[in-house]
Amino acid sequence: MIRTLLVANRGEIASRIFRTCRAMGIGTVAVYAEPDAGLPFVREADVAVALGGSSATDSYLVIDKILGAARRGGADAIHPGFGFLSENAAFAQAVIEAGITWVGPTPSNIAAMGTKVEAKQLAAAAGVPVLPSAVAEGDDPSAWLAAAVGVGFPVLVKASSGGGGRGMRIVESPDQLADAVVGARREALASFGDATVFLERYLAAPRHIEFQVFGDTLGNVIHLGERECSIQRRHQKIVEEAPSPVLTDAMRAVMGGAAVGLASAIGYVGAGTVEYLYDDTPDAPEYFFLEMNTRLQVEHPVTECLTGTDLVRWQIDVANGLALPLTQDQVERRGHAIEIRLYAEDPANDFLPTFGPMHTYEVPEAAVGLRFENGVETGSNVTTFFDPMLAKVIAHAPTRTQAVRQLAQALRSMRIHGPVTNRDYLVGVLNDADFLAGAATTAFVETHRALLDSRLAVGDERAHLVAALLSGSLMRVAQDRRWSFAPIGWRNMGVHRQLVELADADGGVHRCTYRWISPGEVTVTVDGHDHGVGVVRAEPVGSGHELVLSIDGVTRRVVTAMLADHTWCNSAAGQSTWALVPRFPETAGGVASGSPIAPVPGRVVALHVVEGQQVSAGDALVTMEAMKMEHKINAPADATVTEVRCAVGDQVDAHQVLVVLA
Amino acid sequence: MAVLPTRLDARSAEFRANAAAMQVLLDEVIAQQHQATIAGGERYIERHRERDKMLVRERLELLVDRDTPLLELHALAAWGTGDPVGAGNVNAVGIINGVECFVNGTDMTVKGGASNPSTVTKSLRGMEIALANRLPYISLTESAGADLPRQAEIFVPGGASFKQLTRMSAAGIPTISIVFGPSTAGGAYNPGMSDYVVMIKDRSKVFLGGPPLVKMAIDEDADEEELGGAEMHARVSGLADYLAVDELDALRIGRDIVGHLNWRKRGPGPTMPADAPVHDPAELLGAAPADVRKPIDVREIIARIVDGSRFEEFKGAYGTQLVTGWASLCGFPIGIIANNGILFSEESQKGSQFIQLCNRIDTPILFIQNITGFMVGTRYEQGGIIKDGAKLINAVSNSTVPHLTLMVGASYGAGNYGMSGKAYDPRFIFTWPNHRIAVMGPKQLAGVMNIITKGRDPEAVAALEAQVEAESTALFATGRMWDDGIIDPRDTRTVLGLALSAVHTNEVKGTSSFGVFRM
Repeated sequence: MIRTLLVANRGEIASRIFRTCRAMGIGTVAVYAEPDAGLPFVREADVAVALGGSSATDSYLVIDKILGAARRGGADAIHPGFGFLSENAAFAQAVIEAGITWVGPTPSNIAAMGTKVEAKQLAAAAGVPVLPSAVAEGDDPSAWLAAAVGVGFPVLVKASSGGGGRGMRIVESPDQLADAVVGARREALASFGDATVFLERYLAAPRHIEFQVFGDTLGNVIHLGERECSIQRRHQKIVEEAPSPVLTDAMRAVMGGAAVGLASAIGYVGAGTVEYLYDDTPDAPEYFFLEMNTRLQVEHPVTECLTGTDLVRWQIDVANGLALPLTQDQVERRGHAIEIRLYAEDPANDFLPTFGPMHTYEVPEAAVGLRFENGVETGSNVTTFFDPMLAKVIAHAPTRTQAVRQLAQALRSMRIHGPVTNRDYLVGVLNDADFLAGAATTAFVETHRALLDSRLAVGDERAHLVAALLSGSLMRVAQDRRWSFAPIGWRNMGVHRQLVELADADGGVHRCTYRWISPGEVTVTVDGHDHGVGVVRAEPVGSGHELVLSIDGVTRRVVTAMLADHTWCNSAAGQSTWALVPRFPETAGGVASGSPIAPVPGRVVALHVVEGQQVSAGDALVTMEAMKMEHKINAPADATVTEVRCAVGDQVDAHQVLVVLA
Repeated sequence: MAVLPTRLDARSAEFRANAAAMQVLLDEVIAQQHQATIAGGERYIERHRERDKMLVRERLELLVDRDTPLLELHALAAWGTGDPVGAGNVNAVGIINGVECFVNGTDMTVKGGASNPSTVTKSLRGMEIALANRLPYISLTESAGADLPRQAEIFVPGGASFKQLTRMSAAGIPTISIVFGPSTAGGAYNPGMSDYVVMIKDRSKVFLGGPPLVKMAIDEDADEEELGGAEMHARVSGLADYLAVDELDALRIGRDIVGHLNWRKRGPGPTMPADAPVHDPAELLGAAPADVRKPIDVREIIARIVDGSRFEEFKGAYGTQLVTGWASLCGFPIGIIANNGILFSEESQKGSQFIQLCNRIDTPILFIQNITGFMVGTRYEQGGIIKDGAKLINAVSNSTVPHLTLMVGASYGAGNYGMSGKAYDPRFIFTWPNHRIAVMGPKQLAGVMNIITKGRDPEAVAALEAQVEAESTALFATGRMWDDGIIDPRDTRTVLGLALSAVHTNEVKGTSSFGVFRM
């Protein structure tokens, strides 16, 4: 029986597995790469073993390091979490050969589903509908084209190994195919060590519906129902829910049965997920096998909420050779559960990953039906080395509407002061009429681009701005109390007013003037609009204030937090960030205008220009890899390359100038 | 220390009448202050802005620390003199990078920043304040020089400003000149005499003689930039220590300079609790009668300006028409000498003793003036009222602790001197809008004239009474810079607190050396 479990993973999933271990009386061992040393999961384990290295390939992906850590940490079992080595059959095999209990499917299970081409063949053999596809073989683009024509455009180019959207490209027309194959191969090689990619028929707006399956070593296989994960960006899920708003009981039985059939066919052990594309546009809904993930999924809490189970406990019990605790008939599902994935990324900037210190990370107080899986805490540093998921928030309620409301409210209440996150975007999605109607497909993000620029309502945003303004004023006075006997900003001439400029998150500058009439009353002008502001309450809290402000007759409570020139405001309406515009502009720097800079820290993987070269607007200059995604840096305008300031293989910082254009 | 009681009833008809009358006077002051800010006129303000230049008060606001108090002085200088209200420049005590500084700035929209006699007087008073209180002195310079038709009134006294600049420098008080535009002839010596000079590229033009004068003098066709441009002074003559790219940059540099001064205040600073008065300072609006001949209990005013309304009265039962005692204001310990009627021998002696005590314990003195004069009459002359008045003037004149003077009503006759009037160099002197100042009350003066002229020329006497009445108002007084400004009575505590803080920038030191006290 397992006594001490090592989790070969990081962040919230490591924390989540440790929690079950503690409940089961099992010891815990964490492993961590250098940038993660300060994260909560490292502290939460009984024993933590440093892996060294900062990239995944130097740490969480190194089998020998993990096995060595298990020995040194005294672990007799390893749980791989998801991502990293979780679907690596060689790793599973190595663990078993080292005499350590492997908490996961058998190496042969993993291998069977590990390449998409083979997986599809197995699925087809098990009677599961599959999409037409072909492997992109050799180096001849014309052969790729022939294969693509056989599959039928539009096609999806995807890595044969791995998942999570990496190495995927949609190709609408034949002329884009060669580029897509080359790029996908490069990403696939970098991420999974296997450059094989294949082409598959692409459905424009299907739903993503997946079934949680579970098998034990005694040959029992059941499913725990579906999860719908249609809302995806960059082919990665961000909102997951169960039940699916569109699935009938009959379809659930058919698709669930097919999933169990496939799992049974390969003698599946442990937690797995059979993913389908579901197209409800034709008269009779169609579903196609997408892939099977031989691991616990990020979104497993949705199923746990609905079925009242602890799937990690099930995994451990199965690894200990126990039978599944439920038969298919005993599986009950209650209510509706929705999960969102909170990412450090900027939806308005093409979901580009963000990074930096997390000054404040506070979730609302525990409430029935609300579950937080946090990967960071106040003081954590969000790095660019790993997946930028910060946390998951799951709401479980009797109805879908209630779950949506509770989840949106929880998100709005979170205080997340640090890198830009997708929180506001997620709140926007949860409030979207199509989403509420259950009409979202995998095309949702693309077809609802207005949500990318989610903002607070005008009145709330103005209240936040005024709060940031007044909090800054109060803070400045508190920092030097020598003249605090005088009213703030006191003037004996009525014409003088304090002037402060604050920039919103989009960089829009708001010109604010104010004059404190008394500690309870301020006249404020924002962008030419006058506001009478009553300060009902102004208490110092943390690095800011708790302010109760009455603005134009509406009273709101706003909590501020300040760090250097930044102020975060939180209220029931949500969060906003404001930057104090320097009173005196910096003297202009020496960078030629228009010279492209690195959007994120990363590595230069390709240079497309040389010094002296003429480029046209839109020409690719540099390809960078960051967060395992490729970013093409294009020329902003017609120009001449006067200087190349990077080389292939260089690690570059965000905002570093890569190429000087003139 | 006892908390002063109050008998002021803010709901009484009398209070409301007083407050209403004070408000009328205050409204006029506010209207005049507004006038002072636009004294240059719409056309010139517009032209100034078109040149992408900030108004002087906008520059001032950017120079001082955000949310700190700013005390503008002599805002209504030149009122009633024929010169533009405000005198074409700005004086202020403000906080720059945490340092209390004195700022003088030219209002270029008023006659191109050319000096009139009031401008000179105002500048000189500002330098006096900076020197006495050791406030770093900052000039926001931009001037066409002297208003030439007025040169006779300006040329000779105006020279003192350059003397004062170098005396400040000699005393170790930093002088910083930020030149925003042309600064010609006399104006050129302002940067010339300053410790630090900031000039703005393409804007600052500093020369002893501009191109026309050079043409006249030596028949040279001089180029403005070559003759006195900022770049020339920064690179060639060395007059400019810092070259700014624009106005904002210049103000930033000015702030940076103050930041590096490593400035330390020499006074002990506040040492007492600075709790607000128990009695509402807002009631000061109705505390004083609009008619200065009506008596008030000055303790009602003290109770609304000192910390916690606490007042330790000294010699309370003796010479009761002069209230003396100890208090603190915004945490700064002070002695208070306040009129509660006219001065008799006892009051004069009491005041003299109290001033000596304040000097022994290095405590600044707040004089609250509401005085119609020393007592006259045979009995009092025989009682030595002149000797006793002389004692008070001796004590006031030789006292070295800082004096602050607040005028809350009448200031007539030698009482003005004995209570540290303008001529006795108070560090700061402020008036309320109801303030009246003259050698004696206009009615009294008319009566005296009537007796002297044996009633032969009632029209002339009436005309004189009307003239003195007009010349004794707060606006008339402040126009001649007999004070540092008219304040809203409700702001009294704040203004005095800022003044005390400024005063504590210099050493606060008393003396035991007085003139011979005539016994």
